[in-house]
Amino acid sequence: MGSSSSSTERIPDAQELMQETGFSAAHLVRLYERFEFLDKDDRGELRLDDFEAVSELAMNPIGDRIIGAFFSPGRETVDFPSFVRILAHFRPTDTNRTRNGRNGAQPEPANSRTSKLKFAFQLYDQDRDGKVSREELLQVLRMMLEMQVTEEQLQSIAERAIQEADLDRDDAISFDEFKKSLEKVDIEHKMSVRFLE
Amino acid sequence: MRGNSGVGAALLDKLSNLPVFTMNYPRIQIPFEITLWMLLASFAKIGFHVYHKITIWVPESCLLISIGLIVGAIMHSVHEEPPAVLTSNVFFLYMLPPIVLDSGYFMPTRPFFENIGTVLWFAVVGTLWNSVGIGMSLFAICQIEAFGVQDINLQENLLFASIISAVDPVAVLNVFEDVNVNEQLYIVVFGECLFNDAVTVVLYNMFSFVAEMPVVEPVDVFLGVARFFVVGLGGMGFGILFGFVAAFTTRFTSKVREIEPLFIFMYSYLAYLVAELFSISSIMAIVTCALTMKYYVEENVSQRSCTTIRHVVKMLGAISETLIFFFLGVVTITTEHEWNWGYILFTLLFAFVWRGLGVLVLTQIINPFRTIPFNLKDQFGLAYGGLRGAISFALAFTLPDNIGRKQLFVTATIAIILFTVFLQGISIRPLIEFINVRRTNRNLGTINVEIHCRLMEHTIAGIEDLCGQWSHFYWKDKFMKFNNRILRRILIRDSRAESSIVALYKKLELQNAMEILDTVSGDISAAPSIVSLYEEKKSSAKPKKKFLAADLRNMHDILSKNMYKIRQRTVAYTNKHALPNDSQTKEILIRRHASIRRSLRPGSFQSTVSRKTPPKAHSVWFLHESLLEDDHETLSEVAYPTRRSRSSRPARSSSRAMMPLRRLDTLTEAPSVDAVGDDSSYSDSHAAPRRHINSSDDQDSGSVDNLRNNHHEAQEEEEQPSSSSPVWAAEPRDGTTRNPLLRRPQWNPKKK
Repeated sequence: MGSSSSSTERIPDAQELMQETGFSAAHLVRLYERFEFLDKDDRGELRLDDFEAVSELAMNPIGDRIIGAFFSPGRETVDFPSFVRILAHFRPTDTNRTRNGRNGAQPEPANSRTSKLKFAFQLYDQDRDGKVSREELLQVLRMMLEMQVTEEQLQSIAERAIQEADLDRDDAISFDEFKKSLEKVDIEHKMSVRFLE
Repeated sequence: MRGNSGVGAALLDKLSNLPVFTMNYPRIQIPFEITLWMLLASFAKIGFHVYHKITIWVPESCLLISIGLIVGAIMHSVHEEPPAVLTSNVFFLYMLPPIVLDSGYFMPTRPFFENIGTVLWFAVVGTLWNSVGIGMSLFAICQIEAFGVQDINLQENLLFASIISAVDPVAVLNVFEDVNVNEQLYIVVFGECLFNDAVTVVLYNMFSFVAEMPVVEPVDVFLGVARFFVVGLGGMGFGILFGFVAAFTTRFTSKVREIEPLFIFMYSYLAYLVAELFSISSIMAIVTCALTMKYYVEENVSQRSCTTIRHVVKMLGAISETLIFFFLGVVTITTEHEWNWGYILFTLLFAFVWRGLGVLVLTQIINPFRTIPFNLKDQFGLAYGGLRGAISFALAFTLPDNIGRKQLFVTATIAIILFTVFLQGISIRPLIEFINVRRTNRNLGTINVEIHCRLMEHTIAGIEDLCGQWSHFYWKDKFMKFNNRILRRILIRDSRAESSIVALYKKLELQNAMEILDTVSGDISAAPSIVSLYEEKKSSAKPKKKFLAADLRNMHDILSKNMYKIRQRTVAYTNKHALPNDSQTKEILIRRHASIRRSLRPGSFQSTVSRKTPPKAHSVWFLHESLLEDDHETLSEVAYPTRRSRSSRPARSSSRAMMPLRRLDTLTEAPSVDAVGDDSSYSDSHAAPRRHINSSDDQDSGSVDNLRNNHHEAQEEEEQPSSSSPVWAAEPRDGTTRNPLLRRPQWNPKKK
């Protein structure tokens, strides 16, 4: 690719990042270049308006939520390690790593099925209380549905969704219930991006 | 019509005094007839849309041809000649450019370039495959004595084949839209249509040249290939050149806004003509000119010029296409036909077979290179959607007369066009729906799964977009750097090193901001008002609702029909007969604004609900401010945050949209939005902004109050103050915001 294609020297803590996220050197370099591209003011970190400059994200119905997921609570900027750590969720699952046979010391990899599901869950659960309330579900539904859907229809859809998934009858969907409702879905495939090199 | 001049003359002879009434038809004959034909064709177009169902089942081209057939029959029966308009010159110089300009101007560039490999593959190789295949097989058929067409040699067959291999699948794009075909397919079909016009014309010229040569040597084949490249690349080169010149010119047109659209048309037409001068591909020239121009010109010209350009391009394209199909119908009746059952039927057969084979083989080869391979349904759509259209028709008429069997070729071309347009055009929709129904297993899975899956798809699309994954990143990035550094400096007036993406986004948001205030309150958001939400929270002890199977089916229906599709924007461009419809993207943007406003809600609500969506202070607010500053005229300049004085403007009663925004300006800044969860600080300043609303109330006209009332209906009153935090208000109170999205936006104009 470019002149700095294979050199991860410019990237601080490259080795640790690669270790932690599982990205290869080539991936990391490419992501770094993209990070630099987004970082218009060369600050070394991304701010909200840098994200918003990506117009496709603006036209994404849940664009705000996706952007919000990059910012850790309390922080206004995203540095490169945070950027990469979030993107690591979307790496295709490594098939050679067994999901169950881990010793307890190893942390859950960022791109495991559970982590991916957790990411999706957090798109709903903005207040981080571990549950998706009816209101939170409604909000996301509203974002994703066209305007002509009436309020009653929205309410019934949300109602039905909660009924289906809510096993402990607390009128909200916990993470485990969320996981259970999606057990038949191929999350590894659906929530993966084939990162280019 | 033409006899009247005689009457006029006779009248003149009789009266030696001053004639009171004269008629001079020959003087106006030509423009008059042209206008009448255009009007007639347009009436036909209006007529179709009267009964909406027709246009769903029958493509417009069918209808136009039918009307043309009827008119042709009428003319034939009164022994009237059709207007001699279908000469080569008239078609290629006057009727074709608008159509091609239309296609080129509204090409969605980003998806197009991302799929350019596939598009070129299908357009170039596919057309070649079709031409050569059909030509060869027809030549083989000609050898059979029974059909009596032995005098057609290989070159002529190839020439004929090149004419009929140009597919015009745009007619079926509407069908594709409705039956939910792979998004990629749109672009490929769209691009193929465009490029294979160019390829066909090149092939046609090549073959017609070759047809006149008695002997074909290997050198000539090689030269043919070379010529192909010269023609194609040369066309593109001229197009790009003219595109840049046009962009450069519009840099200086800020004082002469009225004639800005003219430049677009003149330059693209010039590109076309100059390419014709050198016998290189004029279609490629005009298309590349339009593509290049559009990007820069739309940043330079005013909003109105932009709209004018779009409308006029669409109008000219539509009128040309209408006329062509109309004449096709007329001419079918009125020309002399030479019918040869064998030849024509085999032509139809081979055209069909070779297209199908071609699509199959080509897809197999290119699928591994595509991120989203084409499945069988897509391939069927691609193959079956290969209707022939205007280009074939025109080329057939311009065959040189020294080809012995010209009439046969013309008849065969018309036959194939009519066959494909009518039969395939009408039957493709039911067929695709049939396949669709069979292939999608409509398992009534859970609602949950459907919602979550769509959420995940949007997430992935968003991440991909964020990573710039959606294209061949390297070249695009290189080009963008070059673009920003050099090209934009030269070609764009007041250019900043700012991504044009941002400018586009801002323009859209600007229009939305205006529209939000213009629309009736009910449209603004489907969300309930705060009050009802509040109540809903209270009624936690609602009895569980029972859902019947019918309810579930309805829900699935609602979800599948109404959930936004991924990357909506491509679909917006693919209806050829309409201006790009970005109403859904607008809807999304409007929704985001509404949700932002809604989320800046009073603290009292917050306390009963667990901390919810952090309000998103958004750059849209600065746009509202910029809106205050500018004229309607110079809206495009708003994209650049150049004018940000806080001078209050005099009330402009002409533009309702401006009024409430002006009012917002007078409000003091809301307390720092970080304190949303913090009731106390919020309620303190609650009163203050409200007072301001009331005070400035008196100053304004009644119309504004209506708007304000609308606002009130849409949102709780308490929201008004908070939603208006001006952008350049003081810095956030404390640096420790809980979430960056909570802070107010600070727009930093990029100083580079």
